[in-house]
Amino acid sequence: MSGFIPTIGLEVHCELKTETKLFCSCRNAFGSEPNTNTCPICSGHPGVLPVINRKAVEYTVKAGCAIGCRISRYSKWDRKNYFYPDLPKAWQTSQYDLPLCVGGEVKINVNGEEKTVRLNRIHLEEDAGKLVHGAGTTAVDYNRCGVPLMECVTEPDMHSADEAVAFLEELSAIFRYAGVSDCRMQEGSIRADVNLSLSRPGEPLGTRTETKNLNSFRSVRRAIEAEIRRQTELLERGEKVVQETRRFDDATGEGYGMRSKEDAQDYRYFPEPDLMPVVLGDEDVERIRASLPELASDRRRRYMSELGLAEYDARLITGDPAIADLFDGAVGAGANAKKAANYIMSEIMRKGKTAGEDGVVIGISGVQLAELIALVEKGDINLVSSRDVLDKIWMTAMTPSAAVSELGLKQNNDAGEIEKLVRDIIAANPGPAADFRKGNEKVLSFFVGQLMKATKGKTNPKIAGELVRKVLSE
Amino acid sequence: MDVTKLTIKQLMDAMDAGELSSAEATRATLDRIKECEDLGAYVTVCEKEAMAAAERADKARAEGRRAPLLGVPVAVKDNICTEGVRTTCASRFLENYVPPYDAFVVKKLKEAGAVIVGKTNMDEFAMGSGSEYSAFYRVRNAIDPERVAGGSSGGSACAVASGQAFAALGSDTGGSIRQPASFNGATGLKPTYSAVSRNGLVAFASSLDQIGPIARTADDCRRVYNVIKGHDAGDSTSYAGDLDMGEHITSLKGRRIGIAKEFFPDALGGKVREAVEKAIKFYEDGGAEIVETSIGSFDMALACYYIISSAEASSNLSRYDGVKYGRRAEGCKTIDDVYYKSRTQFFGAEVKRRMMLGNFVLSSGYYDAFYLRASKARTLIKRDFEAALSDCDALICPTAPTTAYKSGSNAEDPAAAYLGDVFTVPVNIAGLPALSVKCGEDSDGLPIGMQLIGRQYCEETLLSLAEIYEKGAAK
Repeated sequence: MSGFIPTIGLEVHCELKTETKLFCSCRNAFGSEPNTNTCPICSGHPGVLPVINRKAVEYTVKAGCAIGCRISRYSKWDRKNYFYPDLPKAWQTSQYDLPLCVGGEVKINVNGEEKTVRLNRIHLEEDAGKLVHGAGTTAVDYNRCGVPLMECVTEPDMHSADEAVAFLEELSAIFRYAGVSDCRMQEGSIRADVNLSLSRPGEPLGTRTETKNLNSFRSVRRAIEAEIRRQTELLERGEKVVQETRRFDDATGEGYGMRSKEDAQDYRYFPEPDLMPVVLGDEDVERIRASLPELASDRRRRYMSELGLAEYDARLITGDPAIADLFDGAVGAGANAKKAANYIMSEIMRKGKTAGEDGVVIGISGVQLAELIALVEKGDINLVSSRDVLDKIWMTAMTPSAAVSELGLKQNNDAGEIEKLVRDIIAANPGPAADFRKGNEKVLSFFVGQLMKATKGKTNPKIAGELVRKVLSE
Repeated sequence: MDVTKLTIKQLMDAMDAGELSSAEATRATLDRIKECEDLGAYVTVCEKEAMAAAERADKARAEGRRAPLLGVPVAVKDNICTEGVRTTCASRFLENYVPPYDAFVVKKLKEAGAVIVGKTNMDEFAMGSGSEYSAFYRVRNAIDPERVAGGSSGGSACAVASGQAFAALGSDTGGSIRQPASFNGATGLKPTYSAVSRNGLVAFASSLDQIGPIARTADDCRRVYNVIKGHDAGDSTSYAGDLDMGEHITSLKGRRIGIAKEFFPDALGGKVREAVEKAIKFYEDGGAEIVETSIGSFDMALACYYIISSAEASSNLSRYDGVKYGRRAEGCKTIDDVYYKSRTQFFGAEVKRRMMLGNFVLSSGYYDAFYLRASKARTLIKRDFEAALSDCDALICPTAPTTAYKSGSNAEDPAAAYLGDVFTVPVNIAGLPALSVKCGEDSDGLPIGMQLIGRQYCEETLLSLAEIYEKGAAK
């Protein structure tokens, strides 16, 4: 029993999903051919000047409004100077002492307990390019240079990997809902630095380390757990934690030191002379605030109190704005809320889930979903064939009923017709029929299965089950 | 008639009258450039492009079209980007750098029909006051080739003074247009900060740099200035308001000319003082009232300037790292090697000196004592000029404390040259317009320049005051 309490603060970098970059009109797009979204400005040619993308300022303010930050009416730009090949100007335009957003907080829920994580600030800066290593050489891709990046700095309010991950999930959800960032970890559009120290209860905070550039929730969790273990072992051996910058290697699950405080870089910050300060009026801020959509936590509350969803279901549905929008759309088109939620959680999320933690792709509208659920409810199709309908209408504007007729999936609900089929199947399988009469109930599903097979799934399974029992019991 | 000695107005009139073609004027200019090669005014001469542009101008003129500089041969300082024409900043680093775009002012020149004959030599990255720090060859004074041309726009001033261009663009961070204009007997205008877009000007000190014209008369400066000024959405610091706040002065009656005592220190040399005082007398005789005033923060200006300009330069020049463009040192094994070797080999001593100074004043622990204090001094200097100019149309003072000195005389003490900027740098710190016009000669026949400093966006006030002097003093 170590008795140490970890204290964790995060610096989270989120790429904004603006059309163009922060200081030039190059496209802000992931996955293009290297050095195709570049121009003299973002590749740092001599004589070029930046012009601020107002949309990026607006998005940052929107993000700040979404988490209750104070929005600065006057903020400015500063140069952070350092040499690295992915930084063509050799400085990053950032905000040093007057960021766009100050304060704010995010509520998280860990093991049923609600906690608040305070933010220190959100500022806007430009992203750097990417080094591409291979075949003994290193190349630079400047496509990402100048992509607008929000840096969100928390107070040291978290005390476990669970809390840190819950915070990141909640922050991502807020930014996705606000429509300012996709927060796709795999595309590097959200990355985190972890500041961590250990201390005994009641004692001042210990020496902290900073683990840089973690680009998945999983790495954040593993890096925190590894760093807690490492610092605990050091302290228990009576050694000291050294203040340093560290990296976490996902492959080995180990962290390693990069540079200590003594060789910390001196960034020689100074005010950016090529840009004017950002001056916002009250009306600007209010206009941006008014454009904020309903956020995840508000929706969750509404789903529980007005639509009667369980908390777990509400949380799952609001996990991604695209899913929540689909849910709202279906309910708006007349679907029963609980049935819509169940169908989304069982069928849509399975189908729409793309790789990992980066959200889902939704290929149908709320109206289509409402009709699909109604068809199942009415018994026009059964749940199993609804999957075929879903496949058919996915990413199209086709109505579910049109898909049902095109696929010939309309379910047979005619008891007279079904009874005839049941009698044929029972006659063809005297063995299992005898088993039933000896008391083996399990063969009921065998007969229903045979029937579904013979009718390609188009028989109403409920009516079929009743009729099998009735005929066998004659 | 020596074509190369005409003013822009005379040239335009001759071309409009069909007495002279742009092709002829351009040919004459290119011939003159060849004759004057030893002066070292140009880094690159664009003979083919210039002749083609001249022929286009002649054709346009024949079709009845007119533009403010249609067919006029001009030069552009080699720190202003020209698409397809190498732009070296007189540095080994950018020796082979060909910009993929035209600077805003170059676009404006081309739209106005100007014929760009070449790129002028300068102090490397505009750091210097003698054009001795060109990495290629120094610029010689147009009047006395043993002397410096001034700097950093020495090539532009020398070219204009020796008939190698009718006008030239320079850039002025701490006097780099006005001082070489003064040393070569030309007229140079540093516009108000933000009046001319810096888009495409290779940055030295972004908050001080300003592009402006050097020409043979105030009127020629005006013609070029009117073409290059104006708002540019591509430069966030470019002014979108009214740039014509000045007055076209035709009579000196009732005008007020300010004399700030700090600009006439006891140490100021006899001939320079004499010439400027004579010019002041000229204005007084013409009916202007001479007002004594003061810039109390004058003593802070030089230090303030060297801190801020070096700080910004250290950052602006970090992009020359051997990775993307320009030259890269050979035999580098690591990325740090590329940085160290390239920057060591391809930057000159003065550039390195300023970058080291700049990095020092920005480094943690020193920032407050240097950069921050300089920023505060800057506010004071601005305020003092504002107060002094609230009461008069312009201030008059010498452009430089001396006339052109012998080349190499500052070799032992590079910082001594900094003192030569003492009258020009305060104006950049205040962001105001200023003009240098010839007001006499010393005993060696070297030109002396006087500086007129005006209120924001009042360039016309300065230009017309200089014009009155040019016309009146000649009589």
